[in-house]
Amino acid sequence: MQKIGVFVCHCGTNIAGTVDVKAVAEALGKEPGVVFSAEYPYMCSEAGQNLIKNAIKDYGLTGIVVCSCSPRMHEATFRKTAAAAGLNSYMVEIANIREQCSWIHKDIKVATEKAIVLGRTAIAKVALNTPLTASSSPVVKRALVIGGGIAGIQTALDIADAGYEVDIVEKEPTIGGKMAQIDKTFPTLDCAACILTPKMVDCAQNEKIHIYSYSEVESVKGFVGNFTVSIKKKARYVDETKCTGCGLCTEKCPMKKTPNLFNLGLDNRSAIYIPFAQAIPKVATIDADYCNMLKNGKCGVCSKVCAAGAIDYKQKDQIIEEKYGAIVVATGFNPIKLDGYDEFAYNESPDVVTSLELERLMNAAGPNGGTLLRPSDKTHPKTIVFVQCVGSRDTTDCGKPYCSKICCMYTAKHAMLIRDKYPDTEVYVFYIDVRTPGKNFDEFYRRAVEEYGVHYIKGMVGKVMPQPDGKLLVRAADLIMNEQVMINADMVVLAAAIEPDKTARPLATMLTASMDTNDFFTEAHPKLRPVESPTAGIFLSGVCQGPKDIPETVAQASAAAAKVIGLLAKDKLLSNPCVAHSDENLCNGCSSCERVCPYGAISYVDKEFRMPDRTTKIRRVASVNAAVCQGCGACTVACPSGAMDLSGFSNKQIMAEVDAICR
Amino acid sequence: MTFSYYPGCTLKTKAKELDGYARRSAEALGITLDELADWQCCGGVYTTAKDEIATKLSSVRALMSAKKEGNALVTLCSACHNVIKQTKHELDTNDDMNLRASNYMGCNAREAADTEVIHYLEMLRDVVGFDKIKEKVVNPLTGRKIAAYYGCLLLRPGKTMQFDNPENPKIIEDFIRAIGATPVIYPMRNECCGGYITVKDAEAAKKNSTAVHESAAGFGADCIITACPLCRYNLIKAESPIPVIYFTELLAEALGVK
Repeated sequence: MQKIGVFVCHCGTNIAGTVDVKAVAEALGKEPGVVFSAEYPYMCSEAGQNLIKNAIKDYGLTGIVVCSCSPRMHEATFRKTAAAAGLNSYMVEIANIREQCSWIHKDIKVATEKAIVLGRTAIAKVALNTPLTASSSPVVKRALVIGGGIAGIQTALDIADAGYEVDIVEKEPTIGGKMAQIDKTFPTLDCAACILTPKMVDCAQNEKIHIYSYSEVESVKGFVGNFTVSIKKKARYVDETKCTGCGLCTEKCPMKKTPNLFNLGLDNRSAIYIPFAQAIPKVATIDADYCNMLKNGKCGVCSKVCAAGAIDYKQKDQIIEEKYGAIVVATGFNPIKLDGYDEFAYNESPDVVTSLELERLMNAAGPNGGTLLRPSDKTHPKTIVFVQCVGSRDTTDCGKPYCSKICCMYTAKHAMLIRDKYPDTEVYVFYIDVRTPGKNFDEFYRRAVEEYGVHYIKGMVGKVMPQPDGKLLVRAADLIMNEQVMINADMVVLAAAIEPDKTARPLATMLTASMDTNDFFTEAHPKLRPVESPTAGIFLSGVCQGPKDIPETVAQASAAAAKVIGLLAKDKLLSNPCVAHSDENLCNGCSSCERVCPYGAISYVDKEFRMPDRTTKIRRVASVNAAVCQGCGACTVACPSGAMDLSGFSNKQIMAEVDAICR
Repeated sequence: MTFSYYPGCTLKTKAKELDGYARRSAEALGITLDELADWQCCGGVYTTAKDEIATKLSSVRALMSAKKEGNALVTLCSACHNVIKQTKHELDTNDDMNLRASNYMGCNAREAADTEVIHYLEMLRDVVGFDKIKEKVVNPLTGRKIAAYYGCLLLRPGKTMQFDNPENPKIIEDFIRAIGATPVIYPMRNECCGGYITVKDAEAAKKNSTAVHESAAGFGADCIITACPLCRYNLIKAESPIPVIYFTELLAEALGVK
């Protein structure tokens, strides 16, 4: 028979305001097996914990029930308390009488009755608890960073700096991400490439960092401390070890009409290409969709001109398997497609561009060598209209309900840069709200308005109408003047909402990491654990977790790295002992459990059994890999013969809880 | 193939040609338009005011009689189409509207929503097919530059009308290509002509309509076509420099039945 102690917490007035805690302690004290029952204002306080410790020692308690807040809050606290008093941590049960009782009820009588039932249930369970011991598993001292933008780069550099091996997997031929495409950065207006490319070079030169460019994560197995990841190195038809990045092939390639994706299709490049001058690795890649040799077997010019003999038309995708202790997701973002916004004539007129396209149009390495020209006729634009919140804060089907956060600042930046370089160009910005919190951000925006004379108009653009003379007639509402305004513009720039990269969703499935409805990765706690995924060993860096600018991304990237370093610094990890196990005598080998297991923790083995007639028989039975099992319990429900059971949440314990509720 | 047909009052008075050419063309395309017996005025767009049930009853009756005939209901006038389709949508989705309509009519009004409502243009696209029309054209309008004017009623509200993309429609342009002419794309094609505002504030309506024909003419159109008698009225009143005619007239001309 267990000797059970019950500890009822007031949580100030959080619980005691609605629940008669004295009555609860008294009622639960009469339950079978309970030898001690008490209430206290703050059970989680040091004094409260001492109360528990002393009771364990004085009464020789073998199990305790704490009636308090959600186990998510303080289960770990009270387990430690028990352990400190020499009681096995898994002999502790929490009855949640705050979130599930006092906070949701108003009637004291009802709430008190319910609190007693919840306490009784926990007592019924703890009576059947058995001490459990966590096993430990080793930590692979290597991290994987998925995505090679500024987020992934910063995370990798910080992890490497702490002395751990780190691999970056980047789906594009070069690392650098969106920041490499940006011209200048707010609020300092320094050149993005000048501050990004040294970091890219650092990555390439760091002995601890290995870059898998033009590669994608194919599958992820394992668990925190011990992931096995398959990485697909896509065929780039160029031997990376031989290519010197001289660029001769890109000059001689005759397929010059290939859209230049780095410049967002605003100009063309050759079918064999190096995305930009400072690409890392600086290795050519063949675009198989445009290469005549790969498509029709005719040409071979690049192979002929390559002095290094690096071209390999027969190169195949390659799968690499590697083990990691931690995985950082840094998959970034893309501007949304504007197909749902025909009122802005984006598809009709080349002079209607997105803000990212404007970055390329203004960039010295862009299609116009840094001179801002209208895409349609290469003339100097005299009037430019910016439209903010295109698809952001938009609850229609084609938009996103959230604020993309970066658009107000980069639009102010664009407006200021244009006014600075071309003072004869009038700039109008249509906004719903200007949101510029951040260090030196609002000052930056004020400068655009006050010093650079940018016309900020509160209101939304209703329609952009291409005119027969090539101009764009912009019709909008001025909400402050309460009138319709018409502006004859040369260019219109749309601040398109940003959304998580399309690769994020399938990746989340592979990692069993949760996402919100907008496909942003969910953090373990919105305030207190912002860079960890709820899935152990998975960390979040950059926009994959939510919209953010470069300074915030870098801060989060370093935070994620710190968490990874903290994990990799451990030699062993204690695993959760609440895992499934199968009673081999009951198991009939049906595979139901194997099919429902989301972690691939169950396999089948042939085992020899001694039969009652003293013969032996080989039977196929389920076997659980305790290191991989996460204790979700899906198998225990699926098992038709009742062979599968979960330690700490056994079928017997659950039934005892149900009985206690129904009593 | 036979459809129930709801012409609407304007097509019996000011817009007789919209109706006449439509009937002749349908015949040439092997479609029978069976005019509903005893149809009543749809009430114009005023019936879309949410709180008035009586004005919606004529649409419910039209839907009900088409259901009794067992046919889909073809409309032609943009306003009638808008009103009947929106009424059908309300019957489908609004229990209160259903109850009140049922009480008035002494039957289960929701049944009326079973009737499929298609505009004549949708019939050309989805039932006949623009490819088929192309084959039947005896007098292709080659070289004619035609501006499609949608107005607002055919397209909006987009989710209810399900007619075409309200910001960038293409059904009338595809129709123009089918009869051998060249469509002129201009930005004002889905803007409002001023509608009934013309009764209260003729200048306001004129401003809207002028913007439409200036835009169409500016992009080189030699003619504007529409499916809406009110749009045509406003455009002509705003002294459009290019002719404004019904799309059915061009269809009849191309099919050789004008």
